[in-house]
Amino acid sequence: MSKRTLTCVLVAAITFGAPSTLSPAKGARFDVTADALLAAVYEEIVRGHLDVALRNIEGLIRVRPNFRLAHLIKGDLLLARARPINTIGAAPNVPEAHMEGLRAEAFARLRAYRERPPADRVPRYLLQLREDQKYAVVVDTRRSRLYLYQNDGGKPRFVADYYVSSGKNGPLKVREGDEKTPIGVYHVTASLPRNELSDFYGSGAFPINYPNEWDRIQGRNGHGIWLHGTPSNTYSRPPRSSNGCVVLANSDLDALARNLQIGVTPVIISEDVEWLSPEEWASERTSFGEQLEQWRADWESLDTERYLTHYSKDFSAPNQDLDSWSRHKRLVNGGKTWINVKVSNLSMFRDPGRDGLVLVSFDQEYRSNNLSNTVKKRQYWLHEDGRWRIVYEGTV
Amino acid sequence: MNFSARSPTPLAVLLFALAISALPVRADELQDIDRLLKQSQHAQALERVNQYLSQRPKDAKGRFIKGLILVEQNKVAEAIEVFTALARDYPELPEPYNNLAVLYAAQGQYEKARQQLEMSIRTHPSYATAYENLGDVYTKLASQAYDKALQFDSSNSAAKNKLSLIRDLISSNRLPRSSSAPSGTSTEPTPPSAARTAPAKSTETKVAAGQAKSGATKPAEKPARAQDGSGEEVLQTVLAWAGAWSKQNVETYLAFYAEDFKTPKGEARSEWEAVRRQRISGPKKIEVAVESPKVTLRDQNNAVVSFRQMYRSDNLNIKSSKTLVMVRSDGRWLIQQERGGG
Repeated sequence: MSKRTLTCVLVAAITFGAPSTLSPAKGARFDVTADALLAAVYEEIVRGHLDVALRNIEGLIRVRPNFRLAHLIKGDLLLARARPINTIGAAPNVPEAHMEGLRAEAFARLRAYRERPPADRVPRYLLQLREDQKYAVVVDTRRSRLYLYQNDGGKPRFVADYYVSSGKNGPLKVREGDEKTPIGVYHVTASLPRNELSDFYGSGAFPINYPNEWDRIQGRNGHGIWLHGTPSNTYSRPPRSSNGCVVLANSDLDALARNLQIGVTPVIISEDVEWLSPEEWASERTSFGEQLEQWRADWESLDTERYLTHYSKDFSAPNQDLDSWSRHKRLVNGGKTWINVKVSNLSMFRDPGRDGLVLVSFDQEYRSNNLSNTVKKRQYWLHEDGRWRIVYEGTV
Repeated sequence: MNFSARSPTPLAVLLFALAISALPVRADELQDIDRLLKQSQHAQALERVNQYLSQRPKDAKGRFIKGLILVEQNKVAEAIEVFTALARDYPELPEPYNNLAVLYAAQGQYEKARQQLEMSIRTHPSYATAYENLGDVYTKLASQAYDKALQFDSSNSAAKNKLSLIRDLISSNRLPRSSSAPSGTSTEPTPPSAARTAPAKSTETKVAAGQAKSGATKPAEKPARAQDGSGEEVLQTVLAWAGAWSKQNVETYLAFYAEDFKTPKGEARSEWEAVRRQRISGPKKIEVAVESPKVTLRDQNNAVVSFRQMYRSDNLNIKSSKTLVMVRSDGRWLIQQERGGG
């Protein structure tokens, strides 16, 4: 029969025009996930083994009976035997609106497989993980992907990645109800077990701290941004389908949940992850670390004006602006004969947003001739006029 | 979303003749029973066939007709039983598998239908009706998969589909029998005398003959597929061409050749046609089967088909390789060149 022709058409439909910029990871771990099985099906289609592809997709459906995309591809593989098809989701007479979500999911999953980040690349955002932060989560909303990294002596090491859905209206949440996913540096704040949730959230939910301090300063609002699972009637949801949450397949959420520490694990949501070579990453980390160290040293030096050069004119702290902050610091430092500042448990995360921020958290041990205290501090550093300046500082 | 609305192609009809010349034939009695069946005297036909089978319980033709009678009586479970037993006792026959597939498909059991059709094709690799049915079954299976993908509730429409399919089955079966003239929708002007009135002499090839016989509702060129330029369409044309040849239907056979057909030795078209007429109508019987066909689509309107041609007549038996250069004209695939033996 004309099987070869059909094969070619099908392959053409799911092969991407643009060459991938990232080559597949060498030696990256590849669990038997839905994506791995889907990728195997894709490989068989490319080789022209439609029979094998059909058997594989049927196998995948046995494991994941609610995987709607797998049913779609099964439909295509069957239909290809009866007539030529020229796209994923070739079901006749189905309104485009019904099909586009699944088609987008197919492309997102296959693209993620084809464009896996090289194993030695590091997301730019993970400058410094704190010792107790065993893992970090990085989300790419454009690729519909969540990457899990392990803290390997402060250096992020790739563990796994998962398909995710995000906000219907894309990234960059600003307002309550805009159905967008926030972009920024967050952390999980709680674990909501399945039995406290409706079926819609699947096997669990992990709220994150949107809006964070910077979001509030920017006037962003809204609430209830969670990482959560999928309802029982579907294995996954289309790439852009949530009200702003990051949604995973239940099995993926369960796997991820084992590595999430409440109040600790960072969740960094980006539009499009920037990847750095280890050298670039180390250089950014060192240079930012030096900047922070300069701030600490200048504070200790009791040269208040030098210390204040680290603060942006747009600086704010809870109930303070730069003027009141400066007045207060000048007043306090006037009564000091010595100051000692120790920074420990440091974490540094570059914010993926468009503002050019770095979020720094640390334990600050402050000692002086007349006062000593220890606080957990958070600072947002903004890159302005060619140097880093603190634009927000507060305690947790 | 209505399931049947999205798949307008009706599943191909049951096969009505069992072309097995090798089996012992009790022509007269079976012809009578067949006539009763055609006259919709089902009860009588069943009684006669049961009587007939009590003498010859193994007889394939008798059991086949019994299966058809049961289908007409809407005794689907019993019909399935008859065809299943027939397929078990005569695993080399493609027709019982095909009919089982049609019955399963009518019940919405497309996966089972698919298995039967694949058996049928394994038995006879060039079995056109089974291919066509299989195409329809794949489409149905695809629809089911799509319904799951899109979370359409297909349970209601599946039930509706079942009923309408059975009605289709019966009405389409009546079509070729209700009049002696071929159906107007057919592109094959089958003479009424063709196959079914004389099953005893029916020696036509199992490839296209099955299609031709059940064929009034199964035009070789499916209008629904006419525009898609698929290789399947080319293949169907080749099988129909072999069918016309097998039925020794010269006019239909010649109609498969393009106006600019390159005659093998460069002779005049009329000269070539005269030889073909003689060669085709000369033998008492001809069987032409197409094996391992390979379709290469050059573009939308040009294709090359290579296959093993199994030609058998009362005095000749030739297996050869053949290549047809096909061209599409006015939505029909036609033969432009014919190379190889045969």
